[in-house]
Amino acid sequence: MEKAIRKYAPIFVIPTFAAFIIGFIIPFIEGLYLSFCKFTTVKNAKFNGLANYIHAFKDTQFVHAFGFTASFAVVSILLINLGGLGLALLLTRKIKGTNVFRTIFFMPNLIGGIVLGYIWQILINCLLSIIGQPLLALNSTAGYWGLIVLMCWQQIGYMMIIYIAGLQNVPDDLLEAAAIDGASKATTFFRVKLPMIMPSITICIFLTLTNSFKLFDQNLALTSGQPKHMTEMMALNIYNTFYARSGAQWKGYGQAKAVLFCILVIVISLVQLRATRSREVQA
Amino acid sequence: MKERQKISDKIWFVLLSILAVLYVYPVFMILINSVKKERAISTSTVFKLPTSETFSGLVNYANALGAQGFARSFLFSLLITVTSVAAILVFCSMCAWYITRVKSKFSQALYYLFVFSMVVPFQMVMFTLSQTADKLKLNTPFNIWIIYLGFGAGLAVFMFAGFMKSIPLEIEEASMIDGCNPIQTFFLVVFPILKPTMVSVGILEAMWVWNDYLLPTLVLDIKKYKTIPMLIQYFRGSYGKVEMGPMMASIMLTIIPIIIVYLIGQKQIIKGVTAGAVKG
Repeated sequence: MEKAIRKYAPIFVIPTFAAFIIGFIIPFIEGLYLSFCKFTTVKNAKFNGLANYIHAFKDTQFVHAFGFTASFAVVSILLINLGGLGLALLLTRKIKGTNVFRTIFFMPNLIGGIVLGYIWQILINCLLSIIGQPLLALNSTAGYWGLIVLMCWQQIGYMMIIYIAGLQNVPDDLLEAAAIDGASKATTFFRVKLPMIMPSITICIFLTLTNSFKLFDQNLALTSGQPKHMTEMMALNIYNTFYARSGAQWKGYGQAKAVLFCILVIVISLVQLRATRSREVQA
Repeated sequence: MKERQKISDKIWFVLLSILAVLYVYPVFMILINSVKKERAISTSTVFKLPTSETFSGLVNYANALGAQGFARSFLFSLLITVTSVAAILVFCSMCAWYITRVKSKFSQALYYLFVFSMVVPFQMVMFTLSQTADKLKLNTPFNIWIIYLGFGAGLAVFMFAGFMKSIPLEIEEASMIDGCNPIQTFFLVVFPILKPTMVSVGILEAMWVWNDYLLPTLVLDIKKYKTIPMLIQYFRGSYGKVEMGPMMASIMLTIIPIIIVYLIGQKQIIKGVTAGAVKG
């Protein structure tokens, strides 16, 4: 059978492969090469060694964006996962209306980042003006917490679904055994349920981690980095380096930052892969 | 004991209800302001329900659909989403079948390349991709699906391949022995079995393409074509005073179709959207 299929390789593989070359392989290789060049378009690139990378490391805004993104990631991972797990525990208790709650909490996940960001910008600015604080464009603290609230609103429902699936997979006889042994609710949770849902926890933590690092649309729509690039995350910083600056050197800097960003995301994903694998054996 | 359980359940029910109201509130706020007159939308009045004086009916909606170009953008978004998702479902499932059934160095390498592309953030390729798209004239809503097929192939091939490994070979072998060629075998035998994965991949990719902002912004000519996310961002960035009424109506018009589709296919959508996560 394999031989027969092999003969038809062009028909099965070429459409996707051709599009993949255009949409990924060529841009990726060109991008890698251009990060060592000074350029404004692909055609006028001039090799200039590591200059772009040196500049990227010296760029205080980029370094600030990394710190901002990392701090945002830590807080949002904690809040989203605690929120998602909490809701999942409540919604597996057979309280009435469970399905309606699930539907509502999951909904924001489907709305696009630009629209979400804009809705929350209106809402947060109105609240800020009522309590007499400076608006988002001048208020980096509000921008930071605004982004966190927005991400919680969008992602808690999603993580909740994954945690619910995890909790429903905990075998009933384990819980019965714990009850017969006289375990309290807290003990049952920490000693039985929590270890059993470790795979879900790993998945959710890494999902929120990569989502936080790759965040772009919500950042652009809610604060667009204002005030003075204080709330600019890494993806937005790269975008602004490319498109908000004039001058021949900036595109090269942007591409070098993009490569560094790409390496960072790949490292996170590799760690994730190892972590999920080693957990799966236990579960 | 049972009595106590009942009471605590009631308290939780009330707390969850409050939380649910808070969850829906941002959308509700947009809804009430989308039916207000322009002068009644300001920071101090935004939380107030419309009164008979400030109620403007569906004027803002008509305005958004017509003058603001929402209808056009909606059609572009729809066109791009339908063509991209259809292409991804057909071509990526074919490619994934080849990769899982033919064990060669080429198919292995291809598989790992696809997986790798899933991880790479868009910023890495955004500049060079938009230049490539320009060069090849893939910069209209009618053929941007080729770009989406290329950049979205990773996830789709990965999910299809994961599912195909569990399909028993015997079914396909039987159809080959009965005289089907590989194309017939794939479309008549394998394709129908793939239906649940098709739904998951379709939903996942549709959500991505429909809500995507950066890729179409960089690839399409913004003067001629704006998708919905582009339109919304464009209004906000444009100089002069943004008309809030039509803006709120545009946001509602963006959200309403999503909510309708969600309520109809809720189970499938939740399953589809999370399947990608759990497998990835």
